Amino acid sequence: MVQKIDLDHTRFRQIVRGSIRRDLRKHIANGSLIARRGEKTVTIPLPRIQIPRFRYGSNEGGGVGQGQGDPGDPIDGDEAGQGQGEAGDKAGEHELEVEVSLEELARILGEELELPNIQPRGKKQLTTEVNRYTGIRRVGPASLRHLKRTFKRALKREIASGNFERSGGVVVPVPDDMRYRSWEPRMIPESNAVIVYMMDVSGSMGDEQKEIVRIEAFWIDTWLKSQYKQIETRYVVHDAEAKEVDEHTFFHLRESGGTKISSAYELCESIIAADYPPEEWNIYPFHFSDGDNWSGGDTARCLDLLRERLLPKVNVFCYGQVRSTYGSGQFKNDLDGAFPNDDLVITSDIPDKDGIMGSIKEFLGTGQ
Amino acid sequence: MSLPRELAELQRRIRDVASSYGLDFFTTVFEMVSWAEMNTVAAYDGFPVRYPHWRFGMAFDQISKSYSWGLSKIYELVINNDPCYAYLLRGNSMVDQKLVIAHVYAHCDFFKNNLWFAPTNRHMIDELASHATRIQRHGQAEGHEDVETFLDSCLSLDNMIDIYSPYSPRRPRNGKNGHNGDEPEERAKPVRFEAKPYMESFINPPKFIEEQRQEIDEARRQPAAYPERPERDILRFLMEEAPLRSWQRDVLSMVRDEAYYFAPQRLTKIMNEGWASYWHSRMMTEKLLDPSEVVDFAERHSGAMAVQPGQINPYKLGIELFRNVEERWDKGRFGKEYDECDDLDVKRNWDTGLGRGREKIFEVRRIYNDVTFVDEFLTDGFCEDAKMFTWEFNPKTGRKEITGRDCREIKDKLLQSLANGGQPVIEVTDGNFRNRGELVLSHRHDGEDLDLGQAGETMRHLHHLWTRPVHIETMLEGRPRRLSFDGESHETADL
Repeated sequence: MVQKIDLDHTRFRQIVRGSIRRDLRKHIANGSLIARRGEKTVTIPLPRIQIPRFRYGSNEGGGVGQGQGDPGDPIDGDEAGQGQGEAGDKAGEHELEVEVSLEELARILGEELELPNIQPRGKKQLTTEVNRYTGIRRVGPASLRHLKRTFKRALKREIASGNFERSGGVVVPVPDDMRYRSWEPRMIPESNAVIVYMMDVSGSMGDEQKEIVRIEAFWIDTWLKSQYKQIETRYVVHDAEAKEVDEHTFFHLRESGGTKISSAYELCESIIAADYPPEEWNIYPFHFSDGDNWSGGDTARCLDLLRERLLPKVNVFCYGQVRSTYGSGQFKNDLDGAFPNDDLVITSDIPDKDGIMGSIKEFLGTGQ
Repeated sequence: MSLPRELAELQRRIRDVASSYGLDFFTTVFEMVSWAEMNTVAAYDGFPVRYPHWRFGMAFDQISKSYSWGLSKIYELVINNDPCYAYLLRGNSMVDQKLVIAHVYAHCDFFKNNLWFAPTNRHMIDELASHATRIQRHGQAEGHEDVETFLDSCLSLDNMIDIYSPYSPRRPRNGKNGHNGDEPEERAKPVRFEAKPYMESFINPPKFIEEQRQEIDEARRQPAAYPERPERDILRFLMEEAPLRSWQRDVLSMVRDEAYYFAPQRLTKIMNEGWASYWHSRMMTEKLLDPSEVVDFAERHSGAMAVQPGQINPYKLGIELFRNVEERWDKGRFGKEYDECDDLDVKRNWDTGLGRGREKIFEVRRIYNDVTFVDEFLTDGFCEDAKMFTWEFNPKTGRKEITGRDCREIKDKLLQSLANGGQPVIEVTDGNFRNRGELVLSHRHDGEDLDLGQAGETMRHLHHLWTRPVHIETMLEGRPRRLSFDGESHETADL
């Protein structure tokens, strides 16, 4: 009877999965998932999946209770947590919360956005050595002794020598019969990747813009993690100058001042040069900004940096331009102008939260 | 798994104690299960085998989660069947097992003796297993997806039954399908009394006969109402009148049978739990408890009696009502003389030494359901002693607030929530609306509106079965309205 419930349970999970998929756009636009991320899973709040029935609406008409209190006394506990006059919290009415592994979420994302699997860069593929037990040999440690083979050997020897009949079928292996498992090292391709997030934190990037970056980064992480065995993430913020920070700071830092994008590219380049030799790593720099740069001169410098130093090393360079009230959005035009047909540079315009999904598709849709 | 010896002995002992109090039950079979099995069985409403459907998976998901987060634990699970089956959780302490066994025996007594359970199938365990097989077979023949989708639709309507109909003789339906509009077989004739020839024109005046004939013709030109009178057993109406294929009809009939089987449990929640709690408490405290177990029992019992603010706990209300009834009939606190007594002091110490409490509660458990139970025994004095109150949502403060402790109002509200098993009363009134085969349901509005979002979704399912546009007439915010769904879009119109 336990197996049968498993079937029903699996079917239910399928329905849940379908529901996540259907509402993926909403889940992406609404950043609440990020706060619910655990080590390997994310909890997704779903509208209760249920069988609809003709039934009474919310119980605004009140009801009956038992206990102490005078007329006028509230009965729903502390005021905190009530929020916006939402009542009707009858038993069993809470939202459905389902836990989905990040892998599963990435798969759903991939299916829904029709993302191709990433082809790790061919010639620069990194290989790792692993041991596979494939053969048999005559010497080895006792822990690897192959009992069946050993006894087969012994049996053969005994029969051949005629001992088998005489001893009445008792087979005793001698040291010469011993067989051990043996291994051989194999090279398997393994791909590691590093994501370098760069974000403009100058005064013109407001909270809303940063939130968009945060959400987008979450989904990029989720997807790339599903594609690579091991993934590292580095964070760079910049205004007029760039510095490397940790994840929390990256999303929460508030700076003001001007913008010199070249500073970030320089830092990114030096991070890659120091830690991530391109022969061994798949490298993904993502840069988010509202598109304002200090000067045309700096922009020119950025383009040089990209062309000369970054692009030769990376899988793809992604630039996401988050629309803000103050940003001119010029930088994207400059990039597009400078690399009109270059597969290695992907630029995307993110007008608002609803644009995140399209932008993810643009960044990751090429399978690079 | 069957019980270990120690528990089997305990079960025999408790069974004998229960019998000695006069409880009368089906043979009861206890199964020992792990928590995972318990959660499974609970998801299946207590039955070992149900048809495949995702809602059981969902129930299992929720039960297992809330168990593993330590939010809830199912102690007791018993099904109305002959023999009764009940489940004990492996690893529970001895005092818990005692409590559960005692509680279960009282439930079994209630299943066997309460009149509202009389029409239920006592071999439901077999019946449900056979439903499972049938539905699986339909799935193999028709495609599991189709059967699941159809089941979803049936389940969405499974509260559209006439829960009181098993207790009155079945009214035969005039089983004619309105879609082809057959003529009634026999033509009605004007009534003509017997009379001697010379009296004929006086007793059967030609003018009157002619009038009658015209009336009949007129009535015949009017299409007959279809159904003849409003019907509350909408599932039956659909089974007989909707254009269903035979496997669909079979699935619908199974859903309907199950709905009728489970309905009495909704009708007697307070009584059933109250009765079981009353007896476990008596048996435990009078006969079964070791002195060392008293504190644990008290904790468990009070846990079961806890009230959530603004909600009724059927265990607590039920046990208190039964105890109150027993006391009143023990002390003769009922009848004209008692009711008319104005002296509070006399009333408080009223005791005629009648001693018929036990007899009375057995009678109550036999013939009452929650509605009649509350209606008859929820007295002013009880409301006061049980500290009952009414509450309402206050839009100004955004909170639920106590509005008062008037017994009349308490009773009204409570009864309203219990009426028709807590489900809105909906009937099918027209199966050939606008002479286009459209279906009209009417909601008998009693103060509370339907949940609109759900109603819309439910109408989709209804349309799936009926295949022609469907309507429901109801009241929304005090105005009579008709909600319609034609297979593509929803519409709302004033009536």
